[in-house]
Amino acid sequence: MRQGGVDLLRLGLAVVGVAAAMALPVVSVRASRIAPPELRWLAAVLGPGELAAAASVGLAALATLVLARDARVRLAVALVTVAGLLVGLGQLAAALVPEAGPYARIAPGPGAWLLLGTLSLFLTEAAAALTLGPLGRLGLGAGILAGLVSLLGSPMLASLSLLVEYRNRAASFWSEAAQHLVLAGGSFAAALVVGVPLGLVAARSRRVGRPVLAALTAIQTVPSIAMFGLLLLPLGWLATHVALAATLGVRGIGTAPALVGLFLYALLPVVGHTAAGIAGVPAAVLEAASAMGLDRRQRLRDVELPLALPVLLTGARIALVQNIGLATVGALIGAGGFGVFVFQGIGQTATDLVLLGALPPVALALMAALVMDALIAAVPGSAAAGRARSGSAPEVAA
Amino acid sequence: MKASLGLAAVTGAFLAMPGAFEPLLRPFAPPGGPILYDRASLAGLAAAHLLLVAAALLPSALLGVGLAIWVTRPGQGRVLPLARAVVTFGQTLPPVAVLAICVPIFGFGALPALMALFLYGLLPIFESALAGFGSVPVSVRTAADGMGLTPRQRLFRVELPLAAPLILEGLRLSAVISLSTAAIGSTVAARTLGEVIIAGINVMNLAFVLQGGLLTAALALLLHEAFGVLADRARPPGSTAHPGP
Amino acid sequence: MIELDTLRKSYGDEVVVDDVSLTLETGTITAVVGTSGSGKSTLLKLVNRLVEPESGTVRVDGTDTRALPLTELRRSIGYVIQDNGLFPHWSVARNVGAVPRLLGWPQDEIDARVSELLELMRLDPERIGPRYPHELSGGQAQRVGVARALAARPRMMLMDEPFGALDPVIRQEARAELAAIQRRLGATVLLVTHDMGEALSLGDQIAVMEAGRLLQVGTPAEIVLSPAAPQVRALIGEDERGFRHLALLPLAPLVRPNRAHVPTGGAELGEPLAAGASCADALSRMIWTGARMLPVAGQAGEPPGVVAIEDVLAAGRAGGPQTGRSGRPDGVGSGCDGRRNRGTGR
Repeated sequence: MRQGGVDLLRLGLAVVGVAAAMALPVVSVRASRIAPPELRWLAAVLGPGELAAAASVGLAALATLVLARDARVRLAVALVTVAGLLVGLGQLAAALVPEAGPYARIAPGPGAWLLLGTLSLFLTEAAAALTLGPLGRLGLGAGILAGLVSLLGSPMLASLSLLVEYRNRAASFWSEAAQHLVLAGGSFAAALVVGVPLGLVAARSRRVGRPVLAALTAIQTVPSIAMFGLLLLPLGWLATHVALAATLGVRGIGTAPALVGLFLYALLPVVGHTAAGIAGVPAAVLEAASAMGLDRRQRLRDVELPLALPVLLTGARIALVQNIGLATVGALIGAGGFGVFVFQGIGQTATDLVLLGALPPVALALMAALVMDALIAAVPGSAAAGRARSGSAPEVAA
Repeated sequence: MKASLGLAAVTGAFLAMPGAFEPLLRPFAPPGGPILYDRASLAGLAAAHLLLVAAALLPSALLGVGLAIWVTRPGQGRVLPLARAVVTFGQTLPPVAVLAICVPIFGFGALPALMALFLYGLLPIFESALAGFGSVPVSVRTAADGMGLTPRQRLFRVELPLAAPLILEGLRLSAVISLSTAAIGSTVAARTLGEVIIAGINVMNLAFVLQGGLLTAALALLLHEAFGVLADRARPPGSTAHPGP
Repeated sequence: MIELDTLRKSYGDEVVVDDVSLTLETGTITAVVGTSGSGKSTLLKLVNRLVEPESGTVRVDGTDTRALPLTELRRSIGYVIQDNGLFPHWSVARNVGAVPRLLGWPQDEIDARVSELLELMRLDPERIGPRYPHELSGGQAQRVGVARALAARPRMMLMDEPFGALDPVIRQEARAELAAIQRRLGATVLLVTHDMGEALSLGDQIAVMEAGRLLQVGTPAEIVLSPAAPQVRALIGEDERGFRHLALLPLAPLVRPNRAHVPTGGAELGEPLAAGASCADALSRMIWTGARMLPVAGQAGEPPGVVAIEDVLAAGRAGGPQTGRSGRPDGVGSGCDGRRNRGTGR
């Protein structure tokens, strides 16, 4: 990829970035939150002096990203450039408000999104070149999150339409966020409690293991919307026929079917990986443990579980990330969560509302993945964890 | 295998003559309400659903496998870590979120669903194709070169056949995720069986929910099974069955 | 004749092949010996251009290999590697016929060639031909790998640790087989190994490699008798030199007429030693039986002779510290010129 000292991959990314900023509209202005967008190009929203300044700063940043040999420099420049781009967009929006009117929504246009995407690829490239460990990635992720949150909370971005939408719904945003966490976290915890022992049994007995895993695979295959829909039936029946269930708050529609559905989806990764982890303990180690006089309980507690832990945690990571995404669908059966904004937004053709519901689960899923990766890496002797992941159970449900 | 054929037969019969199944669904319909979804034919919706999945999957398969071939050729070492990082990142994205984010960009109807399915389908295919090419033993690749196979011959006669089972596993995963996401696509007005489920939830007609849900689940299971059979066929003789638990 | 001329290859700052020149005579086996990381595998790959040299040339019968199209060059050179590299999705027959098929041979010729080669490798074409690589034992897979390399009648064979994955008993057999086949086909072989014993038993010429450089090139006897560097001595094994040398010496020149009427055969001494046995074979039998004289079968119908332990020890010492490097043992040792014995007894 290297020719004459210039990395062609990074050069290509920079060309895409420049093209995005120059050739595509960078701002979209809508007269109201559901009005069709009116797109503006960079040259149309900036004066000649501002344009020259923005272009020179942008080109200097891209040139550094292409030419800098030290990946740390590239990482830092990419971070600063992303922050600068966001602040720039915020300022641009603020400047357009008086002209566009009080109900107007000003959002990044396709060019700005593409530029942001390009910059995040630069960021990913630099991070990959640094070959950070899971803890390093977690630290970087936490830093980026903290920076992003403080930027979003600052007045600099306040005029961007997504934040306007957020301010209109701040109260319900946080209650739906809590509900989202309850759905994803509750079902995940239940899947761990049930799935780990089930995985142990499956590892011990093929007669139990095979049908259990086949059934769980079939369950994973069932589309989420069908699963939630079908769960309305038995839980609805329970609620109308069993008084206790009704008093416990079980209803056909709402939290209960969503929790049950998510729990069922999370079982396969947990059970499958527990079984695979236990089955993957080398026979020689087990023999040595028995020879040293460990009984079955001690062997399980002191040898098998610790050795299976990285693989088990990999299954937990898959289950958690998957549930955070799937919980969004729960809104369709009245379970709440960020999906409420997504589907309301779709119903109202309100782009900002859709994004308000769709972006937080993405961020949550990414953070969960980083935390779980760090956790896996923290297990003693977890070099095997990374290897186990590639051969791991499929993530099917959607 | 037998169970799948049975499931296929029942699904086919239901799609061909839904009326024959009316008595089974009657207890779930509200009194006096419609029992069978009447705004569109179930067979038509099922066909549209599968067509949407196929239309998204074909380009993602071509692009995903093509990209995997490209980054695994000699001299592309720099691209591989970035590709892996992007894939890892992409896999944490919820498919629903991808669908939702496609709406502002592509509007309503089949197009955002198609784009979401295409984009999300790329990842498992690309990743499994990478794993597939990576699973070709170094000694086999060296032997192929040493025997004087051209790079093209090496790719088509040795690497692709050996990577095929894993590529098909990726396609299987993509197909099942796509089918599921396509069903949610009905919320953005794509024509799929999800429409029946959503209508059932909206008017609290459990008969609708049941027929839409069972049909979608049956299609997903059959698709999963069909790709499983294909992947098994592509496996070199004698190698052990499914990877993973 | 194949000439490697001042080849050089480095990865980054590390020079893996450093100014290596080596000539392989047609129809001989050259064994390159070295520890792992010595650059010996890279040297091999420079010949069929799996690795391109930074400088230097490889000439096959005077033609620069760069003058040939890459695939044509590789198809004309047999290549055997440690893990055999058999294509797992092809049957044994299809694997063996791979290069002929690439060269566009007619199918019936390919089939005939495949059968011929499998038989040469003592594999039943009917039984083994349709099998898949995973159904073969290690020894069988290795033989199929050699058969595949031989398929298009290459003038030259490159072998990278061809016996590395085999257990010791099968390895011995495979070596003997290779030596026999090479003699029969007259191919020029370049073999890479980390095992000095293997190199000494197979090579007409030995090249010892270390850190990308050739430390010494010579006949097996030259390597054993006068190692040019401490690393060569270490590869031979200081305490094994005597036996290594004896293993290279044919017994035939030491055989005397049986004037003392030593009993030939019998339960204690066993069968007479084969006419083509090495001095090491004789010494081993002497140690085991306690006999100071052993019967040796006569060559080509001649009556059996005997060999004495004194003669064996004297022959083994030839070139050692007592007699000086160029010295020859008195009397009977004139045949022991270090030219290695390629008789069937080994």
